[in-house]
Amino acid sequence: MIRPFGWNEFLIIVMAAQWTIALSAIAFAGGGIGGLLIALARVSDVRPLRLAALGFIRVFQGTPLLMQLFLVFFGMNIFGLAINPWIAATIALTLHASAFLGEIWRGCIEAVPSGQREAATALGLKYYNRMRYIVLPQAARIAVAPTVGFLVQLIKGTSLAAIIGFTELTRQGQIINNATFSPFMVFGTVAVLYFILCWPLSLLARRMELKFSRATQR
Amino acid sequence: MADTHAHTSKADVRGASGPAVTMEGVNKWYAEFHALKDINLSVDRGERIVICGPSGSGKSTLIRCINQLEMIQKGRIVVDDHDLTAGGKNVDIVRQETGMVFQSFNLFPHMTVLENCTLAPMKVRGISKAEAEGTAMQFLERVRIPEQAEKYPAQLSGGQQQRVAIARALCMNPKIMLFDEPTSALDPEMVKEVLDTMIDLANEGMTMLCVTHEMGFARQVADRVIFMDRGEIVEVGAPEDFFNNPQHERTRNFLGQIS
Ligand SMILES: Nc1ncnc2c1ncn2[C@@H]1O[C@H](COP(=O)(O)OP(=O)(O)O)[C@@H](O)[C@H]1O
Ligand SMILES: [Mg+2]
Repeated sequence: MIRPFGWNEFLIIVMAAQWTIALSAIAFAGGGIGGLLIALARVSDVRPLRLAALGFIRVFQGTPLLMQLFLVFFGMNIFGLAINPWIAATIALTLHASAFLGEIWRGCIEAVPSGQREAATALGLKYYNRMRYIVLPQAARIAVAPTVGFLVQLIKGTSLAAIIGFTELTRQGQIINNATFSPFMVFGTVAVLYFILCWPLSLLARRMELKFSRATQR
Repeated sequence: MADTHAHTSKADVRGASGPAVTMEGVNKWYAEFHALKDINLSVDRGERIVICGPSGSGKSTLIRCINQLEMIQKGRIVVDDHDLTAGGKNVDIVRQETGMVFQSFNLFPHMTVLENCTLAPMKVRGISKAEAEGTAMQFLERVRIPEQAEKYPAQLSGGQQQRVAIARALCMNPKIMLFDEPTSALDPEMVKEVLDTMIDLANEGMTMLCVTHEMGFARQVADRVIFMDRGEIVEVGAPEDFFNNPQHERTRNFLGQIS
């Protein structure tokens, strides 16, 4: 039976945004840790480590996010784990974010002039202290804008989790649409909600970028 | 600058026996390119060496091998009785005991002058923040910029930045100081303040290897001047002999060009 798209339906969609936010936040946090490890491996002196990280990045950058979701989702089944959209979406998006953030941050680390590392080495600082106090803080300043930019992509990317049955914003929209058959109202609402999530972040990224370019001109 | 101007002995008071630096048959390649060819050099404790030579002759490479910013492929380097070729801990020790000053200063731009000076003593030597800051202020006074301690490098002139870089290296209490063209990136009016700082340091008996084309400085403080060309040490001599009576054609050409 078709019911009208009313206030109630609207609220159900709005509430589903929390799952989009939760999934984005977890993937971003996990991807932050994974991305740091990938970035450090990419700039390491150990060749096998560099190559492994490069392979990881290439695989995740060279395949659609949807396939990554499918592979994790169905792969879990093959390995005898219960199919769970939550866990599958979290794992797939975390790996995805690790690869992309790893590549972004590698560039930022390499943008720190080599003289900085050399000066730190010459002072007797070893790898951990060099990275922690000299290289990463300088790389982080460059990294803010592209990282926020990627977060926007990641939030939009979580919509694909709908296809493996994870009920976030997009899937809740599909469900409501099946009941109300008001696709324009429903997906218009969904799109506006994504926009409300992403637009402030885009603005923030742009402001950071400006701030950084002004700081480097000084 | 200091109260120890009466330094006369060439022997370092901090014990240890051999020369400050020994290089034996050192060869270094960048891929196919032979950057250092059979370098033999022994630097005594307290000795001041000036290294000059045309661009690309391997001067930077030579002094960067001493604290192993560059690895050598053949030969032996011993610094303060620690054999670098043995690797491992020795490299760490040698880096702690040699200070380096770069052409482009390489101060840490995200840290204040004081933080630049205290980071390594705290993280490498493990001394307290208060003690590190005390030592840092002492050295900043010696390079005559204590009032800049809370500023960031970008707020300082080139000459001031280079003096901070010297103070930063001295805060690690090094036995040997390496300088790689420390005045080449400076505006002419700032060269003197940095050279004066280096002269003070030499007068205190610091073992120094300086890559520089400041021949006035070489005449005044060097015990020996080394001329390098195409990865080789071509000529070594006391400044009077080196400048007044160079033995090699290549040295004469070079001296003719720079003066
Ligand atoms: N990292 C490097 N990779 C390849 N070649 C290098 C590298 N560093 C220096 N070289 C080469 O080695 C030679 C000596 O360099 P360098 O020691 O910097 O000379 P100098 O300090 O006397 O100008 C130059 O020809 C330079 O091009
Ligand atoms: Mg050089």
